[in-house]
Amino acid sequence: MPDFETHEYDVLVIGAGGAGLRAAVESSSRGLKTGLVCKSLLGKAHTVMAEGGMAAAMGNVWSEDNWQVHFRDTMRGGKMLNNWRMAQIHAQESPDRVAELEEWGALFDRTPDGKISQRDFGGHRYARLAHVGDRTGLEMIRTLQQHAIHQGIDVYQECTINRLFKDDEGRISGAVGYWRESGKAILFRAKAIILATGGLCKIWSITSNSWEGTGDGHALALHAGADMIDMECVQFHPTGMVWPPSVRGILVTEGVRGDGGTLRNSDGDRFMFNYIPKMFAAETADTEEEADRWYDDKTVRRTPDLLPRDEVARAINAEVKAGRGSPHGGVFLDIATRRDSDYIQRRLPSMYHQFMQLAGVDITSESMEVGPTAHYAMGGVRVEPETAASTVPGLFAAGEVAGGMHGSNRLGGNSLSDLVVFGRRAGIGAADYAEGIDAMPDIDDVAVNERITLMQSPFAGTGKENPYTLHRELQDTMQLNVGIIRTESEMNTALEDIASLRERAANVAVEGNVQYNPGWHLALDLEHMLHVAEAITKGALERKESRGGHTRDDFPGPTEAFGKVNVVGRMTEDGVQVQQEPLSQMPAELAKLFEEA
Amino acid sequence: MPNAHLRVWRGAEDGEYKEYDVEYEEGMVVLDVVHRLQATQTPDLAVRWNCKAGKCGSCSAEVNGIPKLQCMLRMELYPEGETISIAPLKTFPLIRDLVADVAWNYEKAKTIPAVKLQPREADGTHRMAQIDVDRGQEFRKCIECFICQDVCHVIRDHPENMDAFAGPRFFVRLAEISMHPLDTNTKESTVQHGFGLEYCNITKCCTDVCPEGIHITDNAIIPLKERSVDVHYDPLRALGRKLFGKT
Repeated sequence: MPDFETHEYDVLVIGAGGAGLRAAVESSSRGLKTGLVCKSLLGKAHTVMAEGGMAAAMGNVWSEDNWQVHFRDTMRGGKMLNNWRMAQIHAQESPDRVAELEEWGALFDRTPDGKISQRDFGGHRYARLAHVGDRTGLEMIRTLQQHAIHQGIDVYQECTINRLFKDDEGRISGAVGYWRESGKAILFRAKAIILATGGLCKIWSITSNSWEGTGDGHALALHAGADMIDMECVQFHPTGMVWPPSVRGILVTEGVRGDGGTLRNSDGDRFMFNYIPKMFAAETADTEEEADRWYDDKTVRRTPDLLPRDEVARAINAEVKAGRGSPHGGVFLDIATRRDSDYIQRRLPSMYHQFMQLAGVDITSESMEVGPTAHYAMGGVRVEPETAASTVPGLFAAGEVAGGMHGSNRLGGNSLSDLVVFGRRAGIGAADYAEGIDAMPDIDDVAVNERITLMQSPFAGTGKENPYTLHRELQDTMQLNVGIIRTESEMNTALEDIASLRERAANVAVEGNVQYNPGWHLALDLEHMLHVAEAITKGALERKESRGGHTRDDFPGPTEAFGKVNVVGRMTEDGVQVQQEPLSQMPAELAKLFEEA
Repeated sequence: MPNAHLRVWRGAEDGEYKEYDVEYEEGMVVLDVVHRLQATQTPDLAVRWNCKAGKCGSCSAEVNGIPKLQCMLRMELYPEGETISIAPLKTFPLIRDLVADVAWNYEKAKTIPAVKLQPREADGTHRMAQIDVDRGQEFRKCIECFICQDVCHVIRDHPENMDAFAGPRFFVRLAEISMHPLDTNTKESTVQHGFGLEYCNITKCCTDVCPEGIHITDNAIIPLKERSVDVHYDPLRALGRKLFGKT
């Protein structure tokens, strides 16, 4: 029998980024015993890397702004594939969540009359993003962290969850994982579990994600039998760094364009004017003169540099393919010609720092080179909008791991607000559910022991596969075959590669011992990544259209039929299976918001 | 491809430096080379990292004896052929290889009070001028890399002080709270509450190593010391203490 420690909680939260921290605060405030588990140290989750801001229709800069406009922007940005009720709740509640962060100590940038300032971002009709320079994510996570440590929450740092368990009635009952430091196994018994594990873009080679983005929560949910929706919808952020190679993929905030930056190709042309889609033509400037005026005069139409991210990413991709790219395979992003050095250093200090130190580029006088980078999963666990409940009783999901909110393409700034709006909702939902359960659900000791033995098996095996090599090969096939532009034959190749990698992963060899062993951790994460890659690829094959972050070379353009369905993924004995299911339709009074435009 | 000659700490407290040769490419940072070493020669090499862009403060290590973020150190800084020594932060207990146990910092964090803002305006907003939040925003740039804690003599040379001393990172946090335009915590609870401020003798080592360029000594510690003195040695309060026996 393997040795392990056991802890019991009313509510266990997995992941301590913005969503997990906010969920834990809510559950704990209800007097429920709450545990919070995170793979990294507290405060290092991917939220810390968010830059530009947090979208909320507070109307501090443009009094015309309100939740209806934000809702409409979000739905249109997501190409109407969003869960309308989530988009509505998000637009209605995000101003309160900004105020709450301020109450807990966040120091947002201010307007001249002392209110919270708001900045322009792609796809948002009005300047709407509460921000702190270009380090808004750091402000959010630190604020939540500093608030949470006084709330009586037990925090398990550098602890990774590997599997969820259910009782005989199919209710969630616990989770098994390991301490990264000691390698020892740990069992959590819980009445309710909230997944707040973030993203999965570590399955691509060019990505803005840290080592943590291995889709753990997506895989845990799949194995627990939860429905996943629209996994094919992945955001390739248009502006990642492209040079030097070691920083390829690192995010360049959309705030650069929000604050006046423009995209140019190697001919010096502002190519975005050639890529304005019909859907946004009425509100997008079609001359440079009008676009330039927009920065100071919001009565004219906005610059196409700030079209939603999917549009800009595809445009950059097309320019590079046509031979009009920058020397290192991106395009140019220039803010130095519009803004002076003081302005740039005040508004974009960490971008200045990042380019100066990592690329030797002074963005106050030179152009940046940028290109698309795998950034964000729109798809994820199917949840009830009001409670964040998944289809598995007792399992909840919030933040990037949840699906629906952003449809097929997320607007910049809507992630940070999503985290706290639905983190709080998940905390309430899980607390309500846990309060309705008298005794701790039973846990299957045999299954727990089996899983722990399996987790430790790479040490006992006789295999020869290097986990780092397998990970690299997975990234390469996803980058090549399930990237920003997709076709059926390439995706079938990816599925074959994934299957063969899974066989090889069974023979993975781990050197050293269980103490803080990254090779072993990666070997365990690999299993998750392979399932997630399979779910994404199968979803992408199923969705025979192009919509938002999902672009098919063999099916260009959206279709009406696919606009009315979610692609739902479920784990079966034969791997992930996908099918189309009808999308929830919004009530008439909300649908009207789209007719007026 | 040029070749890096690394000297990397391996093992726990009883470990040793081991030497490795790793090829690298133009534009790489030290963390990239450590990752390449991990992927090709030492799969169990323990190293913390997250963002690889100087935003999360995870990959702190002592490189050639100076605490740095490995992700922001370009290889061009080191002449080819020169040995680069990489060690964990030495002020904290070692877990293994390049990973130190920084739990002490998280325990200290719990001792710092939360902010308590004054009530909102009638219109539901808090009003603060940008010039008044500028000071706090400098402190909130802190990415908790704990490099300032690592370099501080008060605990590096005297671990016995760790109980009584919160360290530069948390003086920055205290300064931030005490300079928040709307915070209502008393000075007694922020600047005077046994955080060991008096141990600091202003050598500015913390300021020198801060990767965020926070003026820790000048803008946080010295003003805190002044406020502490103001609270503690106020002549009227001293008289009151004498007359009424209050501490």
